[in-house]
Amino acid sequence: MTDFEPVIGLEIHVQLKTRTKMFCGCELSFGAPPNTHTCPVCLGHPGTLPVTNAEAVHFGLMIAMALDCTVAPRSIFHRKNYFYPDLPKGYQISQYDIPLGREGRLGDVRIHRVHLEEDAAKLVHAGSSGRMHTAEASVVDFNRGGTPLVEIVSEPDIRTAHQAGDWLRLLRATLKRIGVSDVNMEEGSLRCDANISIRPAGDSNFGVKTELKNMNSFRFIERGIEAEVARQESILRDGGQVVQETLHFDPSTGAITSLRSKEEAHDYRYFPEPDLVPIAPTEAMLERAREALPELPAARAERFERDLGLTAGTAKLLAFRGELGDFFEDALGADGQVEPATLANWVTVELVPRLGDADPQESKVEPRALARLVELVSAKTISQSAGKTVLDVLAAEGGDPERIVQERSLAMAGGDELEGIVERALEANPKAVEELKGGKAKAIGAIVGFAMRETKGRADGGEVNRIVREKLGL
Amino acid sequence: MSEDVVALSAAQAAERVRAGELSARELFEVYRDRSASDELGVYLWVAEEAPEVVSDAPLGGVPLAVKDLFCTKDVPSTSGSRILAGYTPPYTATAVENLVRAGAAMVGKTNMDEFAMGSSNENSAYGPVRNPWDTSRVPGGSSGGSAAAVAAGLAPWAIGTDTGGSIRQPAALCGIVGLKPTYGSVSRYGMIAFASSLDQCGPLTRDVTDAALLYRHMVGRDDCDSTSLQHPEEIRLPSSESLEGLRFGVPPALLGEGIEPGVREVFDATVARVEELGGLVEEVDLPSATHGLSAYYVIAPAEASANLARYDGVRYGLRSGNGDLTSMYEETRHDGFGAEVKRRIMIGTYALSSGYYDAYYGRAQRVRTKIAEDFREAFERVDLILTPTSPTVAFELGARTKDPLAMYMSDFLTVPMSLAGLPAISIPGGLSDGLPVGIQLAGPAFSENRIMEAAYALEQSIGFEGVPR
Repeated sequence: MTDFEPVIGLEIHVQLKTRTKMFCGCELSFGAPPNTHTCPVCLGHPGTLPVTNAEAVHFGLMIAMALDCTVAPRSIFHRKNYFYPDLPKGYQISQYDIPLGREGRLGDVRIHRVHLEEDAAKLVHAGSSGRMHTAEASVVDFNRGGTPLVEIVSEPDIRTAHQAGDWLRLLRATLKRIGVSDVNMEEGSLRCDANISIRPAGDSNFGVKTELKNMNSFRFIERGIEAEVARQESILRDGGQVVQETLHFDPSTGAITSLRSKEEAHDYRYFPEPDLVPIAPTEAMLERAREALPELPAARAERFERDLGLTAGTAKLLAFRGELGDFFEDALGADGQVEPATLANWVTVELVPRLGDADPQESKVEPRALARLVELVSAKTISQSAGKTVLDVLAAEGGDPERIVQERSLAMAGGDELEGIVERALEANPKAVEELKGGKAKAIGAIVGFAMRETKGRADGGEVNRIVREKLGL
Repeated sequence: MSEDVVALSAAQAAERVRAGELSARELFEVYRDRSASDELGVYLWVAEEAPEVVSDAPLGGVPLAVKDLFCTKDVPSTSGSRILAGYTPPYTATAVENLVRAGAAMVGKTNMDEFAMGSSNENSAYGPVRNPWDTSRVPGGSSGGSAAAVAAGLAPWAIGTDTGGSIRQPAALCGIVGLKPTYGSVSRYGMIAFASSLDQCGPLTRDVTDAALLYRHMVGRDDCDSTSLQHPEEIRLPSSESLEGLRFGVPPALLGEGIEPGVREVFDATVARVEELGGLVEEVDLPSATHGLSAYYVIAPAEASANLARYDGVRYGLRSGNGDLTSMYEETRHDGFGAEVKRRIMIGTYALSSGYYDAYYGRAQRVRTKIAEDFREAFERVDLILTPTSPTVAFELGARTKDPLAMYMSDFLTVPMSLAGLPAISIPGGLSDGLPVGIQLAGPAFSENRIMEAAYALEQSIGFEGVPR
């Protein structure tokens, strides 16, 4: 039986978080009352003209550069013509044959193009179906209409659903890091379509592709691609042919349904937008965009792994959530003694669950405090479990770890105190002592456990172990 | 007193107001009353009250007729179309705002061919305009209402728009002055778009001085129009009496068949007059200019097909249909657009369609580039180009309505300059069988001062006794 290889390319729409819309002065909004962020321009009134938002161009240049694209010396806008109530002019201003950027790369996937355009308005359909043709009435909220969008099109370099998800996470982290978008899939500021085909493994020709539209979470994207690849495989194995069409994946049922086939495809009658002049970035604009780019997540993860000895997984976790990476680096810089890998584990394993989705910069835990805490644990001044208690207090109230240790008597038990506790532990567990002496090493657990309970976790297990064996002459 | 006031040119009236010899309010009322009793079909809307005007404003509160294609806040703006019946824009066009700031007082909105598509004003959804020289004839178009208003003394001056000749041709047919400025020198913001890469507004006036004065207060870079540019020169009021040393080019390619003998006669007389005034006349080659009309009737409809897509019944204007989306689109556009508009939307849609784009739109753009190059070369040898404005004088109402191609020929002499974005003026050269003949003077980009100086010298020499009242 033939093995099939999926060939996947992604098309991503990113809403830019500029102050105003792409071609008019209306402020962007999310969740504002309907039709309160509109003007004659974004409502497509007669006689109005678009004016390109300079900040959107700046963000577009940053994205093109972050994705290692060649920036066009003169890119132009086109009109993409089609009728729909969410498109007030009857055409969308977009870029066509000369996009802002082309031929880039992010990670292991090449970028085909990066271009600027405007978002459509939002349609709301009354009635149970939520679709226009069966709705009792449809209304339009033009607040979203004209929001600046950047469309990023990858080359068909992706081979698995999992790789698609991973790459999209890297892209999302990159866009978030450079600060051009909220990249929130549920709110629609990051939207993804996938072009999917399959071919016999080893073949270099492309199969017929389908387009899977608007999947609004990473999980749905991976599941949608898997489902579509499976659907195409079963068609080909049954001797059928894949039809080029636009598809919808329903995450609740896993079903894939057709939105429109190629025969119904629009002829958008693109032509150069005569109301706008070309985008011709000056050296100063390019320089400004270049300087605005921080270290990108992929490079940062690599640096964490290479220079700080973090594992690949931890490095990615920190670098792809830029605010975590920042917290980690702040903590590392605050206390030169702490070992990076240990600190990184504390951030990713202990701090993250205590934060939830909150930004660590806004939590009560100071980077310096975490670094100090990790150092106290590493120096065995406090135990691992006491360390976690201190972190609980830091997360709830903030403060200084040493003071918390002192106030709550969390310092590691040692010396005479620990000797005394071990003696009591031996007395309290005669059976375990006998077994231990008889060669059953496991029996020590009960004695150590007793000591841990007595110290409320302030004892170092290794140390207790050592004292027990010494006292019993083992 | 009223007839005396109407006899004044706009510049003269403004001077009188500024000198305190004439009340702006009375002046406005004279014109308002005349406009209200308009029998030519010139106005679609007439102001009820004179707006407040600062007395020392440069335009002195002199009334202004405004083509209905300009958006004017809270005042109906239909672009001559049923689809915009009752539409009152929430804002005012920049050009109108500039003029109002300079002291112009809008007296009315003038009739026009629907969406500026036409050369006779017969394509208006609100009825034709009649030529004041002969009311059985058309005033030209698309700014027919503005031209007839000025010619008939229903307004001291007016503004219109010119996409392929829509200021110059009606100015010629009505015996007045019409200036199509350099593309981009006046903001297009608030002009209901026909063909965005060609549309340009300008003055329609009784004489060249008025044109210069009005244009002076229209120009300027506008942040709302990215294609607008700052005019590199201050616009001067012309004063030349001679054409000494100016080189005039006459393009034989544009003067072949199709030019009426009476028009040719007035043109030849004008050429002789140019030489008498010291101008040097030579032939210039504009080899691609004859293809201008073909290119124009691809490019303009193509842009129009997109510009008119917004009239869908969703947000403003006419809404027809049974409540279903497709029916709303189809019925609204079926009911709202006239035949010529539909014809051009179809031509434009076809020209942009996949598989035809290169053959039509692409090729038309290449012709456009060639025409611009022709002019550039010609203006290395001559200062101005001289042609008739229209191949014919005003024709009878209905004479060309059945034959769109004959109608399109009206623009044969004006379209090349539009495609090249160049400024051109039409001034009355004389009469042919009692009807005005327009003479067109075109120059390089931003040469309005040069054009108007020469036009003024010719105007003084011709001494055209214009206004039929």
